[in-house]
Amino acid sequence: MDKTGEGGVVITKLDDLLNWARLTSLFPMGFGLACCAIEMMGAYSSGYDMDRFGIIPRASPRQSDVMIVAGTVTFKMADRIRRLYEQMPEPRYVVSMGSCSNCGGPYWEHGYHVVKGVDRIIPVDVYVPGCPPRPEALIGGFLKLQEIIRKETIRAPRAVQQIMAKRAQQGQPVADADKAPEIHS
Amino acid sequence: MSFEELRDFIVDTFGTEVILEAKADNLQPYLLLQTERLPEVCLELHDNPLTYFDFLSCVTGIDNGPEAGTMEVAYNLYSIPHHHHLTLKVQVPRNNTPEQSIPDVPTVSHIWRTVDWHEREIFDLLGIYFKDHPDMRRILCAADWEGHPLRKDYKLQDYYHGIKVPFDQHNILNGFKGEPISFTNKADNEFGDKREKPE
Repeated sequence: MDKTGEGGVVITKLDDLLNWARLTSLFPMGFGLACCAIEMMGAYSSGYDMDRFGIIPRASPRQSDVMIVAGTVTFKMADRIRRLYEQMPEPRYVVSMGSCSNCGGPYWEHGYHVVKGVDRIIPVDVYVPGCPPRPEALIGGFLKLQEIIRKETIRAPRAVQQIMAKRAQQGQPVADADKAPEIHS
Repeated sequence: MSFEELRDFIVDTFGTEVILEAKADNLQPYLLLQTERLPEVCLELHDNPLTYFDFLSCVTGIDNGPEAGTMEVAYNLYSIPHHHHLTLKVQVPRNNTPEQSIPDVPTVSHIWRTVDWHEREIFDLLGIYFKDHPDMRRILCAADWEGHPLRKDYKLQDYYHGIKVPFDQHNILNGFKGEPISFTNKADNEFGDKREKPE
């Protein structure tokens, strides 16, 4: 970033400007599923104050950038989570908070009602371990998510890449399927 | 009223054949009743001023397993004014045959409204159908769930709405979908900065 010192002009790259804007105003969707949601609320509140990272819960998936899956995902909830995710506008991110939504947690073997990891339903960007994770861990997860966003570029939009990769996987014709880079989400 | 008095009360009112078994030497004495006569006995125990069981504390379904081939429903009755307890049980065959897949027990939800959801839960998790229940649907599992999960011989379904149900070494078979290696690799710049810097 250059400052001329005369006209007060700031020069930056569009990529950096967009990424900066996105990663400093991550609005999560306000919803919780189990005890992890209590820690998530603690992280929002004044003690940990996620507002200082620009993280403010929004009441609607249409206004949200990131979904915190905070708690046990049951099969009954799975369809709703998928729908909420689909209602979010791009670019959208998912933070899986706690063992239950990471991999099923204590219900991994005998819990007939628990989805063994929310990544079986929607793509996850950051996994926060813990049962439940402390607010510091959730904040750490958001810092990781900010690093992911910082490395994005509009020349390779993630949403398009994911669609291309999905089409290539299904054997549908893709213009440059070979060039579609490996996605990790 | 003590357990013996309550047992004698039921015998006097309905005859000896209604009680199949009376077990008094354990911590919680119980009466095993004829399944089809359960509602009339319960109604009398509820309405009669001598017994006045106005509160049904708990209803429990029990699966004794495929070897025993039976299922039980236990009713824990309590009378708030008289402060006495009674445990009633009924036993039914598991009925895992194609003709009749789940057993029947008559409902008592018209006597105690609290049983409504208890019976729905037993139906959901154990697969005991309560005859004449006003709303016999699943209460906890999804409406289109297959099987009754707390049965001893329950097998998970493979997929539910396209989601794989068992754990089955999911990450090993499908690849760990975690963070890219660049985030765990310390050699990588912790706070990667793509901006061009002056030399």
